[in-house]
Amino acid sequence: MTEREISPGAGPTGSARPGGPADMEPAGDGSQAPGGAAAQPDRGATLLGDAWQDLRRNPVFLISGFFVLLMVVMAVFPGLFAGWFGNGSPRVCDLSRSGDGPTSGHPFGFDKQGCDVYANVIHGARASISVGLLVTVFSLVIAVVLGAVAGYHGRWLDALVSRITDVFFGFPFILGALVVLNSMNNRNIWTVSLVLALFGWPTMTRVMRSSVLSVKQLDYVQAARGLGAGSWWLLRRHILPNSIAPVMVMATIAVGTAIVAEAVLTFLGVGLQAPAISWGLQLSNAQTDFQIAPHLLIYPSIFLSVTVLSFIVLGDVIRDAFDPRLR
Amino acid sequence: MGRYIVSRLAQLVIVFFGVTLLIYLAVWALPGDPIRAMAGDRPLSESVINAMREEHNLNDPVLVQYLKYMGDLLTGDFGTDFNGRSVSDQMVQRWPVTLRLAVTAWLIEIVVGIGLGVIAALRRGRWPDYTILLFSIAVISIPIFVLGYTAQLVLGVNAGIFPVSGVADGWPASYILPAVILSAFGLASVARLVRASVLENLRADYVRAAVAKGMSRRRVVSVHVLRNSLIAAVTFLGVELGFLLGGTVVVEGIFNVPGVGQLLFRSLQTQEGAVVVGVATALVLIFLLANLVVDLLYGVLDPRIRHD
Repeated sequence: MTEREISPGAGPTGSARPGGPADMEPAGDGSQAPGGAAAQPDRGATLLGDAWQDLRRNPVFLISGFFVLLMVVMAVFPGLFAGWFGNGSPRVCDLSRSGDGPTSGHPFGFDKQGCDVYANVIHGARASISVGLLVTVFSLVIAVVLGAVAGYHGRWLDALVSRITDVFFGFPFILGALVVLNSMNNRNIWTVSLVLALFGWPTMTRVMRSSVLSVKQLDYVQAARGLGAGSWWLLRRHILPNSIAPVMVMATIAVGTAIVAEAVLTFLGVGLQAPAISWGLQLSNAQTDFQIAPHLLIYPSIFLSVTVLSFIVLGDVIRDAFDPRLR
Repeated sequence: MGRYIVSRLAQLVIVFFGVTLLIYLAVWALPGDPIRAMAGDRPLSESVINAMREEHNLNDPVLVQYLKYMGDLLTGDFGTDFNGRSVSDQMVQRWPVTLRLAVTAWLIEIVVGIGLGVIAALRRGRWPDYTILLFSIAVISIPIFVLGYTAQLVLGVNAGIFPVSGVADGWPASYILPAVILSAFGLASVARLVRASVLENLRADYVRAAVAKGMSRRRVVSVHVLRNSLIAAVTFLGVELGFLLGGTVVVEGIFNVPGVGQLLFRSLQTQEGAVVVGVATALVLIFLLANLVVDLLYGVLDPRIRHD
């Protein structure tokens, strides 16, 4: 039957129908040129090389890549940016300046507790981006393992994995995370990420599975099998490298959607909790006062949106670069 | 086709039980005693606690509780909350509001989303295309509540064009702004899907044939291209109705719309497990049925897809 693969970030080519993902990794024999490190005089002839040549000259890729890099650096070393205006600590607060607008030394103004919004926004990058990356890594690992096993082994294992996937697909996204997180008393970056990943892996698993299904029937896999290659060798050397591209692209986009999801759940009161510093928390706190102090809503949401936008656009451009039909 | 429907229904039953079991476990099996929590600072006497635990089946193992609950559910009984009010009664008053909101948002997605997608595809590479593309990505990257509060402040409080909150003004007026916000995310996806498939179909041989035999461009687009491009959008839109119902949790909170989303949100905060399970179960059921209808429609719309 037909399989629906609809993800929040399904990009321009949108509905990934069975066979769709497979189209993204032809030239398979080239892209995993033996050993990877082997001399490649004709770099331009491989899919990876072609894609890189395209991407290097694509301004959209450069800009979104720059912002992703910037935000990641900000998440790792907030100190590099926080002190620019002389008030680098997000925990130094002065209640008498509660809700005040931007002044010199405090370009983004003060929040309700009188803390510097600029320092908070800079330090908030870490929590939001950590959640985005953790959710993606967790989902990706589950998806690659389950998708590869289900697609390669087939039979009862495939049926089992597919039914479990169906169950998690039965939840409208936010609803599932909302119900599970609500019953947890202690919520931090790890628990929020785990719960989001719990509802995020099924989409990726489906993509991975259909991609493995189509690759395992290709001639070079049959040939390798004919030459006596074992299952583990086949999976590791031939099937995985050639079927992982679609799910990797999806993962780039998923980072963005996970960051938004964390913000929405925090807004609903079931995400991260103070004293953590995250964009979601700042936005959630801003909701009560933003009519008198709009800067509390504006600055965190600019940072959040730019980050999410960069991840989504980056995923989109990479997908296009790897899609031979667009050449 | 008949066999396909039967196997699909069997699948739906399995998924339904899996999902509801998960919800049930998440709400009831995790630590915390809702009855003691309800009593607050003045503890209830043991006999009252025991009576209430008995009434809500809390003394049984959680799996037995779940089976009892599902048994009641099959007869249409969603149980009662801890104050003795029937969960179905609470939901019945609220469903029309939520349905009205979700369907309004859905219609906006269909009309505006498909329209924008077609325009973007026909003006490919020119400013309408870029504007629509930019808009569709921007909307995805802004959290829905930021969008909601901003619209409420700018269009409701400051400009006074729309009511700020509640549904006192009746159907079109009170629902438009929440529905637009609710639809924003899906709208962008629909537009991108339609754009992609229109572009694909414009290159198809049958379109060249239609143009070659002297058909007007207008007719080629509206009769041939559009019809073939809508399949992907229909799939998405069917599933989307379920997502919209789930999305009402946030939007109903912002605009103070008295629907099931708001009920769910409040019940989560007050630990009314029975209401949470009830609303979530109902939402999931609608979601699954929408998926089923879409899968069946898929075959009808595109004769190339057979369910044999």
